[in-house]
Amino acid sequence: MAEPLLSVERVSRRFGGLMAVNSASLSAPAARITALIGPNGAGKTTLFAVISGFLKPSAGRVRYGGEDVTGERPHRLARRGIARTFQIVQPFAGLSVRDNILVGAHLRHPARAAAIAVAFAVGREVGLGDMLERPAHTLTVAGRKRLELARALATEPKLLLLDEVLAGLNPSEIRDIVPVIRALSARGIAVIMIEHVMQAVMSLAEHVFVLAEGRIIADGTPAQVAADPAVVEAYLGHGAATKVGSAHVH
Amino acid sequence: MRGFLTIAIVVALFAAVPLIVQSNVVLNFLVVTLMIALAGQGWNILGGYGGQYSFGHAAFFGTGAYVTAILQLHYGVNAWIGFAAGIAAGALAGAIIGGLAFRAGLRSSYFALVTLAFAEVLRILASVAPITGGGVGLLVKLDLRAQSFQFQSRAIFYLVILALLAVSMLIARFLERSRFGVWLIAVRENEDAAMALGVDTFAVKLGAMVLSAVITAAAGCFYVQYFLFIDSGIAYGTWISIEALLTPIIGGVGTVFGALVGALVVKSLGEGAKLVTGDVPGLDLMIYGAVLIMVIRFAPRGLVGALADAGARVARRFMPPRPPVREVVRG
Repeated sequence: MAEPLLSVERVSRRFGGLMAVNSASLSAPAARITALIGPNGAGKTTLFAVISGFLKPSAGRVRYGGEDVTGERPHRLARRGIARTFQIVQPFAGLSVRDNILVGAHLRHPARAAAIAVAFAVGREVGLGDMLERPAHTLTVAGRKRLELARALATEPKLLLLDEVLAGLNPSEIRDIVPVIRALSARGIAVIMIEHVMQAVMSLAEHVFVLAEGRIIADGTPAQVAADPAVVEAYLGHGAATKVGSAHVH
Repeated sequence: MRGFLTIAIVVALFAAVPLIVQSNVVLNFLVVTLMIALAGQGWNILGGYGGQYSFGHAAFFGTGAYVTAILQLHYGVNAWIGFAAGIAAGALAGAIIGGLAFRAGLRSSYFALVTLAFAEVLRILASVAPITGGGVGLLVKLDLRAQSFQFQSRAIFYLVILALLAVSMLIARFLERSRFGVWLIAVRENEDAAMALGVDTFAVKLGAMVLSAVITAAAGCFYVQYFLFIDSGIAYGTWISIEALLTPIIGGVGTVFGALVGALVVKSLGEGAKLVTGDVPGLDLMIYGAVLIMVIRFAPRGLVGALADAGARVARRFMPPRPPVREVVRG
């Protein structure tokens, strides 16, 4: 089997005395949706920050496209094709929706006309077609999440890191955006999503990694990890797996 | 093309002034105003579009001025070449100060303080170094010939500074429509988000600093040719740092015409106050402060921004309402 597009090899990241990520390894192949789940504070966003170059790992390596890219600056990684969204959305609040997307589109399209065309196309693709001329700060939460996605997509990534793009959305908004994400992987993009909306993880992801207290404690298909006692314990507390198991028996 | 047409119209209107007005007092006022507008436009590139508020643009104004003067006086270099060299020296100063400050990751008030410190250090050095004439300053020889960049007629000086300002406005307009400008504005709005989208924020900020320094240095070079005198308090004094940031903030940061509008307002008020009260020292600074407070309170996007908002309100009143949008508008 060919090398996956991204492989994270025993990456650790320490903040003072706190081991936020502890020797975590994961991989993501092209044209697949990989999920990264885990309880709050497990280190998921920290791991994303290491992959996208915003944080340097204390130990370990990040390999992307067959090359060691550990510790490279975020803008260089973006040029290589790694795009991320932010869990706390970071719109360019003073700019229009179109101009927000334009910043990303300019990465691969120096000419203004071409970049604007890309911005329009991407805006429509994520369902912001009606709102392109509006100031970004007037968007709803759902709109801002779409805008995060659109900006990242406009850089034409090969690897897309989605940090809770579904959080804060209502069920109908989630239904709208799930097919958009599925279409991205169908196009060949490797997608890694941090997600708490388990229903979406179950329906979208082909492979799931579970991070708890900085360590990868399980990985496999969504069904496998959902049935893993270690995962149940990580979410519900020590001893929970046996209780849940026995509840099923009786 | 509409953006460039507005610049052409404004410049043409200003260029017509000497045809109507021959008064040296008025022309002198306009020359100084446009020179401040040029210095302000330089600040505007970095501060207005890039969000990096420098408090020490005197460093560039003064470097341009001194290099122009020193080359002519001590080395017998032609004034036009001195002018070009002054601008180049301003660029170099921008690259050094910007390189150090941005490499150190300084943002907002820390950046402002460090730029102020650089300008002050240069002022003190210039006030003691022999090559800058120390506390006495430098006097450029009077030689009213075009090849010496000196003109008998103030109208010519006026047209020269107007041309320089026009170029700076074209630069700002091109910036707004270029990838570099889009990235610079992205850095202003949110540096982390810009980085995630592939923007080399250090390179973009440094580029803006150099461009900004070039424009403000040009104002300094012009100052020398117009007044034929420079000393450390003029060249590197805080007065020019303040006026360079005040004019675009009052006129409208990150706009093509903000610096010009701001300079007209600030200089008119300053001169107007002098006419009424006589030459009370420091009065102009008090007026600048009052105007700045009013603008920040009532027109945070400057006078150009306030005008644009008013225009949009009028347009809304007379235009049919837009079709309803799907999402509820918040905030």
